[in-house]
Amino acid sequence: MLEQLEGSRAVAESVALCRPEVICAYPISPQTHIVEALSQLVKAGDLTPCEFVNVESEFAAMSVAIGASAAGARSYTATASQGLLYMAEAVYNASGLGLPIVMTIANRAIGAPINIWNDHSDAMSQRDSGWIQLYVESNQEALDVHVQAFRLAEELSLPVMVCMDGFILTHAYERVDLPTQEQVDAFLPRYEPRQVLDPDDPVTIGAMVGPEAFTEVKYLAHAKQMQALDLIPEIAADFATAFGRDSGGLVRGYRTEDAEFVVVALGSVLGTIEDVVDELRDAGVRVGALAIRTFRPFPIHEIREALAGVPRVLVLEKALAVGIGGIVSQNVRMAVSDRDLNVRTAIAGLGGRPITTASLRRLFEDALADRLKPLTFLDLDRGLVERELQRSRERRRSGPHAENMLRDIGVVAAGPV
Amino acid sequence: MFQVRIHGRGGQGVVTAAELLSVAAFDEGRHAQAFPSFGSERMGAPVVSFCRIDDREIRSREPISEPDAIIVQDPTLIHQVDLFAGLVPDGCILVNSGRTFRELGLGDLLERYRPERLRTVPASELAREHLGRPLPNAALLGGVAALCGVVSIAAVTRAIREKFPGSTGERNVAAAEAAHACVDAEMREPAGA
Repeated sequence: MLEQLEGSRAVAESVALCRPEVICAYPISPQTHIVEALSQLVKAGDLTPCEFVNVESEFAAMSVAIGASAAGARSYTATASQGLLYMAEAVYNASGLGLPIVMTIANRAIGAPINIWNDHSDAMSQRDSGWIQLYVESNQEALDVHVQAFRLAEELSLPVMVCMDGFILTHAYERVDLPTQEQVDAFLPRYEPRQVLDPDDPVTIGAMVGPEAFTEVKYLAHAKQMQALDLIPEIAADFATAFGRDSGGLVRGYRTEDAEFVVVALGSVLGTIEDVVDELRDAGVRVGALAIRTFRPFPIHEIREALAGVPRVLVLEKALAVGIGGIVSQNVRMAVSDRDLNVRTAIAGLGGRPITTASLRRLFEDALADRLKPLTFLDLDRGLVERELQRSRERRRSGPHAENMLRDIGVVAAGPV
Repeated sequence: MFQVRIHGRGGQGVVTAAELLSVAAFDEGRHAQAFPSFGSERMGAPVVSFCRIDDREIRSREPISEPDAIIVQDPTLIHQVDLFAGLVPDGCILVNSGRTFRELGLGDLLERYRPERLRTVPASELAREHLGRPLPNAALLGGVAALCGVVSIAAVTRAIREKFPGSTGERNVAAAEAAHACVDAEMREPAGA
């Protein structure tokens, strides 16, 4: 049924349709509305049987999810930013133990400086944690991909993160097509755990493994995650058949045919990018976009194929690996390592800076004219940086950068529009 | 595409106004996208929300910098925040006030824009009268329906009733209808009065 819903509400409804049995969460912006809505559904008796566990931290949230999943319950949690970092130790345990937990990441920057706005630093920090990572472009896709995530997680017995842009998606109201319970039940079978703590058939889960088998257990984790490269497209195809929508999958090309330039990105910025692509195509410029929908496992062959013959590639990413630059770009470079191709990186949208069509247009024009350096920071205020460097040179005790730079631009606390 | 930017202060229902406008447009079979200016919202702080309305899917996620209409929920923002930046040449402005644009010190806007599209409506007073509280957002949406015609007053009142069932909704509907009648009547009079 078509409804005009907030993204968080749409995700909560979608998760509820998947019949989770345990939801444990600690609220953090911009994830809060998702778990708030789910707690209301549980309390009202609209989602049953399901236990909503209020925990005292994100570390506890993931720990409860691990326990619940090991006991055979379909388990869900959600977090963002510092919350994900705080649960990091347990995040690795969930994947190492092979527990099919589904977790929404309402993507948000990581401090310091503290910042509640959107970028991908949080999810990117856990890219090598052994979790599958799916990125969504719209609230419809967020809703759809959660349904697919439970099936994927449980089939492989691996945890899945669904990454959706905080605020930009979680707090946006837009039209979504909400499936019925019957449709979701037909698509998502009952959870049949591959391992379970059962008093009638006792096992232990979580043995200490020494050098004699640690490599093999880790190798298997890698091999298992790579199986997702086959399973994800199958599930997306099944989903398209059952629900009539293209959601999920590994990658999605947009107008990449004959492109002399393709921009690669993850998440909601693809919508704005596609508007600019259309504009440039209308003007006769051959540009296209490539959405990476699955970042872990990394769909290296699909990306190589999608970029075959494309002479200019720019990866636009919402996270910065301090000391090297792009994260997604390093992976994309691996995919095209068989070619002599300079993949450019643009770091954009950090800490919630809007990515505008005007800035994208300029960036793409620079890319097409081969004016881009290997690493670009979109809309960087160089003057602001230079003045702070100058202050640092002039005084030994020049003080904290963040405070100095805010004072420089005339802002005391964050928040002006 | 029709783009609306709403300015107000935390606690005045700025974000809810954009949501309701999007629901009204959705209700009329259109695509709509509403979102707040994201921040640590707190009572009294300047807040902005946005709403896009179109006949096809809306993909862009950038904030609205060139609105077709601007709603000002709190007139005390007028000389503090750059409220009217980027308004398109034939754009609409609706300010929550019982005073005229000239009395508000906004006379220059009457020269730069089409004066018949710049209106004020005493939304807080109408809200106080109908709700018992000076919450202007629903009333202003009624006013916008009259001023821009981008959504009908019927769709606005349906959206309000859906969001606020019961007497709260009915009282907000009354405020919206009163503001709609007010702006509608003004539209029939000479501009900029």
